[in-house]
Amino acid sequence: MIPAAFDYHCPSSLDEAIGLLARHGSEAKVLSGGMSLLPVLKLRLGSFAHLVDIGRIPGLDAIREENGFLTIGAMTRQAALERSELIRTRYPILGDAVPLIADPLVRNRGTVGGNLANGDPANDQPAIMLALGATLVARGPKGERSIAANQFYKALYTTALAPDEILTQIRIPIPPPRSGGAYLKLKRKTGDFAAAAAAVQVTVAGNGSIERAGIGLTNAGPTPVEATDAAKFLVGKAPDEKTIAEAARMAAAKSEPSADRRGSVEYKKEMARVLVGRALHKALARAGGK
Amino acid sequence: MAKHRISVAVNGTAREAEVESRLLLVHLIREVFRLTGTHVGCDTSHCGACTVILDGVPVKSCTVLAVQADGCKIATVEGLEQGGKLHPVQEGFTEKHGLQCGFCTPGMLMTTSALLERNNNPSEQEIREAISGNLCRCTGYVNIVRAVQYAAEKMR
Repeated sequence: MIPAAFDYHCPSSLDEAIGLLARHGSEAKVLSGGMSLLPVLKLRLGSFAHLVDIGRIPGLDAIREENGFLTIGAMTRQAALERSELIRTRYPILGDAVPLIADPLVRNRGTVGGNLANGDPANDQPAIMLALGATLVARGPKGERSIAANQFYKALYTTALAPDEILTQIRIPIPPPRSGGAYLKLKRKTGDFAAAAAAVQVTVAGNGSIERAGIGLTNAGPTPVEATDAAKFLVGKAPDEKTIAEAARMAAAKSEPSADRRGSVEYKKEMARVLVGRALHKALARAGGK
Repeated sequence: MAKHRISVAVNGTAREAEVESRLLLVHLIREVFRLTGTHVGCDTSHCGACTVILDGVPVKSCTVLAVQADGCKIATVEGLEQGGKLHPVQEGFTEKHGLQCGFCTPGMLMTTSALLERNNNPSEQEIREAISGNLCRCTGYVNIVRAVQYAAEKMR
């Protein structure tokens, strides 16, 4: 399968890339790792007259902790995240998730920025950013702006990014002590999208009660789902079985999956409930709270 | 639509080509450079038959543009054999019956040779994870794992 013809641009700076996007408007598309975009072009599900490849712009692939935030450059390959000692030891929610994304060869090309900016609710990292309370940093002709992850997803494949904006960085508040996270995904096989998946991040107070909770669901509707009611319900409560079960029930109630070969709506909602419950147990155990 | 002049090193040999933006890396390799050892399987980045090594990293060449490889080193299955001597993974696949129809084999060889470059003592689990993006419909993977273990031992 061969994509429809397009012009390929390989800018060497962000400003040059933004200039190209501004000039070509909705005719242009940012090419990051290409693991979603190239299949779309090849299957002719979409076409763009101009591709702007950000893969050779320096400085977009750093993973570091600074000024209270974990920052991840948008061009960071999934494989780099997977091998990062910092991620594996300090951010288990991401450490859990990355090996479950696509397959190792796809992760060698696919990027964190692409996973987030594509706006596909089946992608795994949007729900994680919701759970972590992350901020997405975008650059456009007017400069830089920060968008909260829970303000980023507008509709299926539609994000808050303007056509001339590029997602450059993900900023995650460094979790305080006694925090833990987990990501659990039910899928049929390597490379599959989730039948259901749950991202959970918690912080436990000194007295053992839950101080903060974030819950995100993958592939549970046209946009990534933030289970805000369930998260609020948890705050201030002791993390006992009954509380966890109720939070999982509340989170699953927010899930609006569609039926497909991965299962019926009822099955997927039930799996979301089970996975949120298990992810909460795992995150709390990692937080040292139980 | 503009064409692009690109330079790559294929199996150590400098090559140039003038390519359309939309040309896929696998087609550059097979149809421009006439290296047909790299196979097109599913053509949707699932099966891994088209795996080549791009600047040291195994990738699915059906889902990379040829222009994205400009300036890069590309290793294909044709480059594994050196001076008439099979690469240990090729020897392993032969010795341990790691292939039947052989269609997935070029991709398997590239993925596993890249794995062994990084880790010459992988566990069975690590081997299975490394090849999880390469589909084989004949062997059931048992002999592929044995072939990689054989090669690993040779490379240690």
